[in-house]
Amino acid sequence: MNKLLTEEQLDLINLVAEFGKKEVEPIAAECDRSGKFPWDTYQKAFDMGLHMMDIPYELGGAGIDFETSLILTEELAKYDSGFATSVGAVGLAAKAVLMGKDPKLIKKFADIVGEGKFAAFCLTEPNAGSDASATKTTAVLDKDEWVLNGRKCFITNGGVSGVYIVFAMTDFSKGTRGISAFLVEGDREGLSAGKEEDKLGIRLSNTSDVVLENVRIPKENLIGKEGMGFPIAMLTLDRARPVAGAAAVGVAQRAIDECVKYMKQRKTFGKPLAKHQALQFKIADMEMQCEVARQYVRYVGKLVDNGKPYSEEAAICKAFASDAAMNITVEAVQILGGYGYSREYPVEKLMRDAKIFQIFEGTNEIQRMVIAGQVLK
Amino acid sequence: MRIAVCIKQVPDTSEIKIDPVKHTLIRDGVPAIVNPYDKNAVEAAVQLKEKHGGEVVVITMGLPSAKKALKECISLGCDKAYLVTDRAFGGADTYATSYTLASTIEKLGPFDLILCGKQAIDGDTGQTGSSMSAHLGIPQLTYALGIEVNGEKVKVQREVEEGTMVLEASMPALITVGKDINVPRYPSIRSKIDSYQAEIEEIHLDNLPNIDTSKIGLKGSPTRVKKSFTPDKTKNGVKISGGGSTTVVNGLLQYLGEKGLV
Repeated sequence: MNKLLTEEQLDLINLVAEFGKKEVEPIAAECDRSGKFPWDTYQKAFDMGLHMMDIPYELGGAGIDFETSLILTEELAKYDSGFATSVGAVGLAAKAVLMGKDPKLIKKFADIVGEGKFAAFCLTEPNAGSDASATKTTAVLDKDEWVLNGRKCFITNGGVSGVYIVFAMTDFSKGTRGISAFLVEGDREGLSAGKEEDKLGIRLSNTSDVVLENVRIPKENLIGKEGMGFPIAMLTLDRARPVAGAAAVGVAQRAIDECVKYMKQRKTFGKPLAKHQALQFKIADMEMQCEVARQYVRYVGKLVDNGKPYSEEAAICKAFASDAAMNITVEAVQILGGYGYSREYPVEKLMRDAKIFQIFEGTNEIQRMVIAGQVLK
Repeated sequence: MRIAVCIKQVPDTSEIKIDPVKHTLIRDGVPAIVNPYDKNAVEAAVQLKEKHGGEVVVITMGLPSAKKALKECISLGCDKAYLVTDRAFGGADTYATSYTLASTIEKLGPFDLILCGKQAIDGDTGQTGSSMSAHLGIPQLTYALGIEVNGEKVKVQREVEEGTMVLEASMPALITVGKDINVPRYPSIRSKIDSYQAEIEEIHLDNLPNIDTSKIGLKGSPTRVKKSFTPDKTKNGVKISGGGSTTVVNGLLQYLGEKGLV
């Protein structure tokens, strides 16, 4: 699993594991049940800089390589993948701002999240999900200010953020080339959180509508140039896919860990489950899928760190890892039987948590379109 | 203010394995960690620095592999780290260890405070901190629950069986702490990255010219470990509680009567 990692990487994994075990795992089941948002635990994660791992050092981040940040995301997701998703979404928003290459805007963003605030990446709309060109949110320049109007939905951290990265149409006649990206501070008048989603899984993460009603922001809050929104969004999503893949591997590994523990304890027909070949084959299949997904996630991390193109690989990584996590968690419920179906054990939650990874950051159908597009071009 | 913290790298286990011949701990395959009470000492020192300014110097005596423990302390807010290491220091008991550490502190000083964990979880002797204060000829304030610095004086709340004792001493002083003084912070990923680059300075025998070599290492150790073992688990005690004192006393008398003890 970790045979090629450096001593430093292993040390960082230990740190995240200690945090996950002591701080996240004990609250995960209860917050999953009640839907309570664990502010204090998030604050502790922010104090550790888990939301700014691969943000450049000079901007207050840890400046670690992308591959290592993926390895740590996997570890954090083992304890709760909703928690890892909300933390990771801050880094995702940061990537969009970094792509604009405007030092002042980057600093503005880094100062807000550096204080321990959430950030949200606001692309999806009620009628524009994977099809971003159908964006209805508008931004109109009024002298020195942009005026934004519209509604975003399914926004991770939508109800809790100090800064929002909003994609809006600045020119409907240009299709996707008419989309621009903006930095909107959380305290701007007219910005509000709409309804919060009551989700199947990743319930420690906040997901809500974001409503923009005549929100005025300074001209310089435009990220990059006018019309650059779509490429910024796509590149950010490319970047988000291995992060989702890493979190999915965390969910899968946790499911395997729970099964191994259970299979060694529980006895049927006079021997532990672990001694029954039918279940040995199941666990072997689970391990194969999980380990291959993990190593592929790390491969995509290396591509990014080496400045290589990675669109296709990011799609493969996200689709493969999330399909693996789904299969593995369904099998985990099966292995634990009645206990797997009971909320008393953690695996039913893992199965619910796993599902989102096949949906967000581009559904797995979209990923297959991307992959087929590359293969058949 | 300048604060020195003495730490120990220990094996991360409560079920220690012991070499049946040498009666020493088997450390192979057991992950090494910073002694948990020493982490409380580091946290207390860093909090004092954050309040009063100054620097925190962390010191350990051990093998070069103990540098990892020192780096962890750097990631938790210590400014400088020293590893006291030399073949001549090997095999030291608590007397020789505390003497060697005290000599190091004299060389690196002056310090206003010296902080230690109350004991290490491997040997559990709890002697090194106190012995250091004796070697240094400074006051010792052990089992501190809280530390307050006021000008030239330091005040601590001290954990005793009957309750809390408040002690005041002039500085420099040595303080030992337990786990109830604070909750050690998590290092940030950023401070971890910084700590990997941190320079750890080594202190060897020839860096301590004034040391009395008859008091160091195995030869300078007046005690020998004859045997180490995991104590057998004794029977659980019986707790009689609930109701007023009369009920409890009656319960106790009944219990003792049943056992034929009264």
